[in-house]
Amino acid sequence: MSATPPDRRYATSHEWAKQDGDVVTVGITPFAVEQLTEPTYLELPAVGRSFAAGDELGVIESVKSTSPVYAPVAGEVVERNEGLVDGPGRKADLGLVNDDPLGRGWMVRIKLAPGASLDHLLTADQYAAQIAGH
Amino acid sequence: MPSNLRTPLYDWHAGHGARVVPFAGWDMPVQYAGIGPEHRAVRTAAGLFDISHMARVDFAGPDALKLLELVFTNSVAGMRDGQVRYGLVCRDDGGILDDILVYRWPYGFAAVVNASNREKILAWLDRHRAGLDVQVADRTFDTAMVAVQGPKAVELAAGLFADPVGHLKYYFATPTRYKDRPCVVSRTGYTGEDGLEVIVPNELAVPLWEDLLARGAVPCGLGARDTLRLEAAMPLYGHELSEEIDPIRAGLGWAVKLDKGPFIGREALRQPSDKPVRVGLVLDGKRAAREGTPIVSAEGTPLGTVTSGSFAPWLEQSIAMGYVPAAYAAPGTRLKVDARGTLLDAAVAPLPFYKRPKQARAPE
Repeated sequence: MSATPPDRRYATSHEWAKQDGDVVTVGITPFAVEQLTEPTYLELPAVGRSFAAGDELGVIESVKSTSPVYAPVAGEVVERNEGLVDGPGRKADLGLVNDDPLGRGWMVRIKLAPGASLDHLLTADQYAAQIAGH
Repeated sequence: MPSNLRTPLYDWHAGHGARVVPFAGWDMPVQYAGIGPEHRAVRTAAGLFDISHMARVDFAGPDALKLLELVFTNSVAGMRDGQVRYGLVCRDDGGILDDILVYRWPYGFAAVVNASNREKILAWLDRHRAGLDVQVADRTFDTAMVAVQGPKAVELAAGLFADPVGHLKYYFATPTRYKDRPCVVSRTGYTGEDGLEVIVPNELAVPLWEDLLARGAVPCGLGARDTLRLEAAMPLYGHELSEEIDPIRAGLGWAVKLDKGPFIGREALRQPSDKPVRVGLVLDGKRAAREGTPIVSAEGTPLGTVTSGSFAPWLEQSIAMGYVPAAYAAPGTRLKVDARGTLLDAAVAPLPFYKRPKQARAPE
């Protein structure tokens, strides 16, 4: 898979947002994972919390760094990827983010707030140009 | 801005997938395959580090011992030939200028100094050698230094040098030859594992590196070096150590010999101090407490600051070091760290966090 598939939009802070009706799936890009190296910890918001676009949604850590994950769109968290956080009798598997950030490493699903859209986000081409200039 | 310094291994690093970052004025590899796998390779087998950025200084002349005794907190006169000793260079007020290794040879002395402090220490030595018959030579730029570290490191280097090195005791060194050129091999390191550090002429850096790789050592960057030394609770200058911190507070009193005779900082270090002391913290969760994170008491009283902190790849725990008042320094004391507004639970832990398992020494 391309590192910047055209089926979704991108934030300059390296999150991706893929719309399906009024629900948007959110994750971080392969470029972000490469910069972070080997995620060791992820904090995700509880289902039901609402965010404005650009709000801090969670925190991702690697051995070397702690980085915020921002909400690319406004809305309410309706689902989160429970495989990425510790649960009863289950350890977080951040390998999903490391190995498949655009797929199985998705983080949350956000129901768009009334009137909210993805229009402010970068297209795949624009984002590819941003990371090429890095 | 002048460009950064580069070690004789720079081209090798750049050509083999290293992520290179500026460090203490040098372009250094921070990682190759990743900090986690490199760290685990050192704990289980052997890792290879380019530490040529560390400053290497030779001392010659009849007053070399006198100069070193004056500027070094540990005893030099008590060292045997071939011995290596850790200690501090302090100011008059006890503040730490650097932590260094001193090597004693039959013909003189040598020291290995932190890269970030090379110029400061050379100036300090120059200032204090007035009236003494001693020559101080900076050898940093005509030699390279490579560390091979891990339970298999010594065995893997067997036969590489003109003399056997497997018999070297911990913190001893020997001059020997590599490819018919003089080199120094010491049983020292900064990872908490057994291992060797080797100083060779510049032109032998790449051959030595490739020889050790061919024997199975894994190339490692400064990232893994940092997490390895943190697990072993070895202080890092600029983090746990600075001119504002003295060796006693830093838990390095064992490297300060107040009864060895006069040395710079001795009078200040004799005085009792109630300043915060270095502690280890183990966090309850996996989230890291980074450098600069405030440490607070269970009741929320500000106590101090984290100086180094990371998720520890071998222990698989979030660990940190920092300074708190002595009343809060007992192992088991419950504390909290304030990670950007989130209070994380932690407990003071005995140091080191990691101690290598005792192993029978394999004959060479």
